[in-house]
Parts: sequence; C-alpha cells; structure tokens
Amino acid sequence: MSTSPAKPGGPVLTADGTPLKTSLERSLKLSKLRALGLIVPPLLFLIILFVIPIGSLLTRSVDDGLSNKVLPKTLAAFERWDKTSEPDESMFEAVALDMKAADKLELSKLGTRMNYEKSGWRSLLKITARGLNRVEGPPYKPAMLELNKRWGDIKFWQSLGAMKDPVTLGYYLKAVDLQYDGNKNIMRVKKHNRIYQMLWWRTFLVSLIVTVGCLVLAYPVAHLLATLPLRLSNLLMICVLMPFWTSLLVRIVSWMVMLQRNGVVNDSLVSLGLLHDESRLSMMYNFAGTVIVMTQILLPFMILPIYSVMKTIPSSYMKAAQNLGATPALAFIKVYMPQTIPGVGAGCILVFIVAIGYYITPELVGGKDGRLIGNLIAYHMQNSLNWGLAAAMGTILLIAILTLYWVYDKLVGVDNMKMG
Amino acid sequence: MMTGNDPLVRFVNIQKSYDGETLVVKNLNLNVENGEFLTILGPSGSGKTTCLLMLAGFEPATHGEIYLKDQPINRVPPHKRGIGMVFQNYALFPHMTVAENLAFPLDVRGMSKSEKTEKVKRALDMVQLGGYGDRQPAQLSGGQQQRVAVARSLIFDPDLVLMDEPLGALDKNLREQMQYEIKSIHRNLGITMVYVTHDQSIALTLSDRIAVFENGVIQQCAAPDVLYEQPENAFVANFIGENNRLIGTVVEDNGDTVKVDVNNGHIVEAKKVNVDGIGSQSTLSLRPERVVVDPEPDSLPNVFPAKTKQLIYLGDHIRTRFSICGTDDFIVKIPNSAVHAAISEGDEVKIGWKVEDCRAVDA
Repeated sequence: MSTSPAKPGGPVLTADGTPLKTSLERSLKLSKLRALGLIVPPLLFLIILFVIPIGSLLTRSVDDGLSNKVLPKTLAAFERWDKTSEPDESMFEAVALDMKAADKLELSKLGTRMNYEKSGWRSLLKITARGLNRVEGPPYKPAMLELNKRWGDIKFWQSLGAMKDPVTLGYYLKAVDLQYDGNKNIMRVKKHNRIYQMLWWRTFLVSLIVTVGCLVLAYPVAHLLATLPLRLSNLLMICVLMPFWTSLLVRIVSWMVMLQRNGVVNDSLVSLGLLHDESRLSMMYNFAGTVIVMTQILLPFMILPIYSVMKTIPSSYMKAAQNLGATPALAFIKVYMPQTIPGVGAGCILVFIVAIGYYITPELVGGKDGRLIGNLIAYHMQNSLNWGLAAAMGTILLIAILTLYWVYDKLVGVDNMKMG
Repeated sequence: MMTGNDPLVRFVNIQKSYDGETLVVKNLNLNVENGEFLTILGPSGSGKTTCLLMLAGFEPATHGEIYLKDQPINRVPPHKRGIGMVFQNYALFPHMTVAENLAFPLDVRGMSKSEKTEKVKRALDMVQLGGYGDRQPAQLSGGQQQRVAVARSLIFDPDLVLMDEPLGALDKNLREQMQYEIKSIHRNLGITMVYVTHDQSIALTLSDRIAVFENGVIQQCAAPDVLYEQPENAFVANFIGENNRLIGTVVEDNGDTVKVDVNNGHIVEAKKVNVDGIGSQSTLSLRPERVVVDPEPDSLPNVFPAKTKQLIYLGDHIRTRFSICGTDDFIVKIPNSAVHAAISEGDEVKIGWKVEDCRAVDA
C-alpha cells in the first residue's frame, strides 16, 4: 500500500490526492444515514406518543382562551368597570351582544368553565341564551334581570375577573385548594371545599410508606436471589416475576378475598383466637388496603434493580471484610450495604414514581380514605370533564417526579443508578 | 514436649468435600513454619485454594483439625483468626478511599485516630504509595491496587498472611516486579506467608518451600531447588519446569541406579528414585538442559542416536525436538554458543546424558 507523501503545512491527503477529511466524511456518510434511519421510527413514536400529549397537557393546564373568544365585549366592559358599583346598561349590552353572536357549543363549554369560578354560571348562561332570542334591545338590563335575577348579583360579575386573561394559573391554584378572587388575588377556598391539599399529602404519604415497605421486603429477597445457587435462584426469580405475569385485576381481586371483613386473613385470626369475631380488622376500602396491595404490586420494581446490583458484588468483599476483623454483621453494614446503594436508589425512585401516580389499586380497594390524586385526575378526565384541572394536577405530578429525580441526582448521582 | 520452634500452622488429617461424594482435599498433613514463605502450587482444581479458604475460616474442614499456634481453630470464625489475606482480585472496597481501606481493619479493632493515621501513613510508605491515600481504588493501576491490598493485609500486624494468586491479573513485567516486592516485604517483616498459585515461576522465585498439590494430595513439599532437581514422582517432574519423559520397564536394579528398557530395546541407566524393582513400570525424567548433543565418545553412560525433528530459535538457546528411543517429542535446549556446531532439521546426531540427571520415578 502506498501512502501519499505528506506535503509540509498542507492538509493531509489520501493516496489519490483528496483531502483526508473529505474522504473520511464520505466513507462515514452511509453509516450515518443508516443510523439516522434506525432512530427515525422510535423518534416518531416518542414525539407522537409522548412529546405531543405532554405538550398538550401542559398547554391545557394553563389555557383560558375560551372566555376571551366568546365574550370579548363583556370582558372589555368588565375592564372599564370599577368592580364594586352596580353594573350599568353598557355591561349588560356587552353580554347580550356577545351571547347573541356566540356559537352554541362554545357557549355551553364556556358555561362549564365559568361554573368553576362561581357555581350557577352554567344555568344562568343557559337560561339567558334561551331568553335572549325574544329580547329586542337595547336596553338589555331590565330584560335580562327579568330572565334571571342572578344578573343582579354583583358576585357573578366579579367572578369574571378570574377569566379575563387568556392564560391562567387558576387550574393549578384549584389543584392545591387556592383560587382567585375578583381582583385576581390568591386566596384559599372555603374550608368545606378543600380536598386537594389533603389528597396530595395522602398520596405522598402512601408513596413513602409503600416505598419503605417495598425496600424492607425486597432487600432480603434480592440478597437471597443474588447468593443462592443458580437452580434455586431461578426458581425464586420465577416466584418474584409471577405477579408480573398475572393480570393486575386478578391480583387486586385476590387481595380483596384476603383482606375483606370475612376474608382469609380475618377468618384465620379469628379462628386462631387472636381476634374477637366482632372486632374483625377492616383492611379494605381504606388507607391500609391501598398501602398493603400497592406494596405487593410494586415489590418486583424494588427487587429487580437491587438484585441486579447485588449480583455484581463479588463475595470476596464480604470475605475480605471478615478477614480484616469485622464481624459478619459489621461487614454487611459497612462493606456490603454501601455497595447496594445504586440499586436501592433506583428501586426507591422507581417505586415512588409509580406509586405517586397510581390509580387502579386505590380505585378498587382504597374506598374513601384510600383514594389518591391519580383517582381525582381520572375523575376529572372522565366524569367532571374538567380537563384543565386534570392537566394541571398531572403537570404537578410530573414536576414532583422531576424534582425528585433532580434531588436523587444531587444526592446519589444518576450515573450510579442501575435499573437492572 | 513442644519446643520453641513449633510450626505456626498445622493441618492435621484434613479432608474436605463440598458435595459429600468426592474429596477435594484428601488427608492433608502440612506444617507451616514460623517465618517461612510457603507456596501451595498446583493446577486449577487441585484443592489448593480450598486449603487457603479453610485456613482463613471461610470453608469448614469436613474432617481433621487445623492448629494455629497450637490452638485448634476449626470453630474460630474468620474475623477472630487474625490472619491477613490478599484476594485474587484484591477485594479493595470500592466505596472507600485507599486510606479508608487501610484503616478498615484498625477501625473494627477500635484503634485511636492518631494511631490509625500513623499506621496508615507507614503502610502507604511501605508500598511506595505515599500520596495516594485520598484516591479511590478504581483510580489506581492494577499494580498499585495490588500494593494497597498487600498493605491492607499487613496493617493489623497479623502473624500469618495468605495470598490467593494475587499476581494473576497483572501483566508479565508488573508481575515480576511485584513478586520481588512481596519477597522483600516478607524478608523485612519476617512474617509467615502462605501463597497459592498455579504459576511455577512465581513459586520458584518466592518460596522457601513449595507444596505441590494434585488431586487434593501433596505430591511433594520441598525447597524450590530440591523440587526442581530431585522430583519424587512423575507429576512433580512434569509440573515443575520442562521435562522429557521416557517410559519403560525396569530390567536391572543396582541399588542406587536402575536400568530401564525403554520399550524398543534401548537400555537407559538412571538414578533410582521412586520405583518398585525389576519388572515394574517407570518414567524416566530428564531435564532438557541436561542433555548433551554430540558428546565425546565414552564420556557418558547413556548415548543414543537421534533424529532432529524441529528447531526453534529462542535467542539464548535453541529448542530442539528430537526423535529418540521411540518418542517423537524429546526436547533439548542447546545453548546458543560457539561450542555447539549448528544442526539443522533432519540431521542424525548422537545425544547423551549422565546417570544422575535421569531420574527413574513412578510410572
């Protein structure tokens, strides 16, 4: 093989005289194109099924453009108003003209939206829309007061203030039991309406208890898996994975059989004489039920990462520690356990993240005391159709998880995390 | 009854089985003298590491008793034996710095902080790693990790240090350098070391005595030169150094020497080492460097015609394969000197050897 004589100072050339860099780029071009071709399908998949939905979730959680679109004149009149005096004819006229011009479907959507700020708006809009057809204005004020006397209630007018901006944090405030008053000041909602703060705390607490419970249960199992002879550890691994292969519903229903008042656990305790028949434990449709069942369901998520880390720790470390004079217990605590931290961290993060958004288990066994934020998101998605609020709560969950991840990165380092 | 020179360690009738069907160690009796460097040498699977693990306390002996300073230690857990050990892959704790690794045995013994700092510093100096205390083990090269592991096994002043093939993972140059360092540490500190390896060159370099293991049995336990010059059986002769083997039947027993018929009528006179007598099978063991090519006539009792099969040039010597006495792989190392005339493949020459260089051992 001949190589080109290197000209001093000039670019390095290949044998046929083209610059080496050009030649290198040309030779790599095909493999680069091929690599690009390979990542296109997963990239599209990710964009269509993850980036776009999450983006629309974020948008929906702050979007409040509907009121501006349907009621432009009303909101302009609202701006001129001093917020305290009785609304004058010009404001009534603005409302009437807006409503006459509005699309029926959008008006009904807006009614739902306005109801979040002050209940009564939806029926008020409905009645007014129907009645306005017969009203020849101006003046509109007497006719509208005739249609419904709520138009005379200044609180309805004031509540428009929370809707005048096309972008709102109202859903986020609502998700933590806060709201805007007419002047866009943030205040707490009335005491008997507060539910979300308590739910957030409960969700956090349940996730924490489930994570700790999983850790306590998983650590010995993972250690056993990593140290048993291959044949036995394979068998044990199947036992660990079996729940994965069983339908979630089947598992939850079998827990119902176990935990209910006349279930297996209570019956056994009573027949063993440990419990009076009348003082049977209630472990279902409450906090305890949610925690017990979620711990069982999420256990493999803890076992697998810890196991995968433990498997890589050679037994010689424990031997060396004992050889150097540490008792087996001390060797375990000072030498073995610190080396399992990457697995423990990964397991805890995984379980906590899955637990914090869990929905199906609390729905089925949680009852009233065991419902979590996930259930409320589902409720607002499916029943109340308050998608803005659901999106806001989902976004808060997302932020909580990212924060948690960030804290973990600061404390342990994500590079140290081993998922399995 | 016991004198001041009692052995430090005694294996008495030790047997070990893992599965209850086969014995990994068969009736081991071995003494380790105070201050000596004893190497247990054997092929993999010969039971040598098992012996070390039993001594360190990680494997229980199935039968028999191990004594350390005349105390039976079968029931003493590993952390109370006070024996240092260097593991094959060093087993430096990856989550601790070098200094923390070294301080670990001192920590668990509740040593004061100042004393600890002093000892760690001295240990690092001993292995020439003075400024490396704050490094993580992963930041060190293989040789440096090795040194830390050795220092850690010595830092709590054990009477006995065990080493389980600690040089196995190093490249050749480093291995040689480390083996001299270990040798000098042993000499300077005067402690007892038991070293397990399958590498005979390390064993020959380091040891005061070598115990050659095969199939759970000590084949021979002797000083390196004795082992090389006077192997007692065919396994030792083959395992230590290069060796030519001629197999035949004893036809004449003269007390010190025997004459062996090497199958096709060639009678070889050899030193009697380990044979039963006339009629028994015997392996003749002959070192390649003890064979003379083209000897003076009548200067040697054993001279045979040979055909040159292959020559391999190795710089300081030429490794030559001959066909002789019915065998095709008889190796002779011919020194690369002016004395020897050059021979080439296919040449017919005469080669010979002395009686005492040819040892008649078991078949």
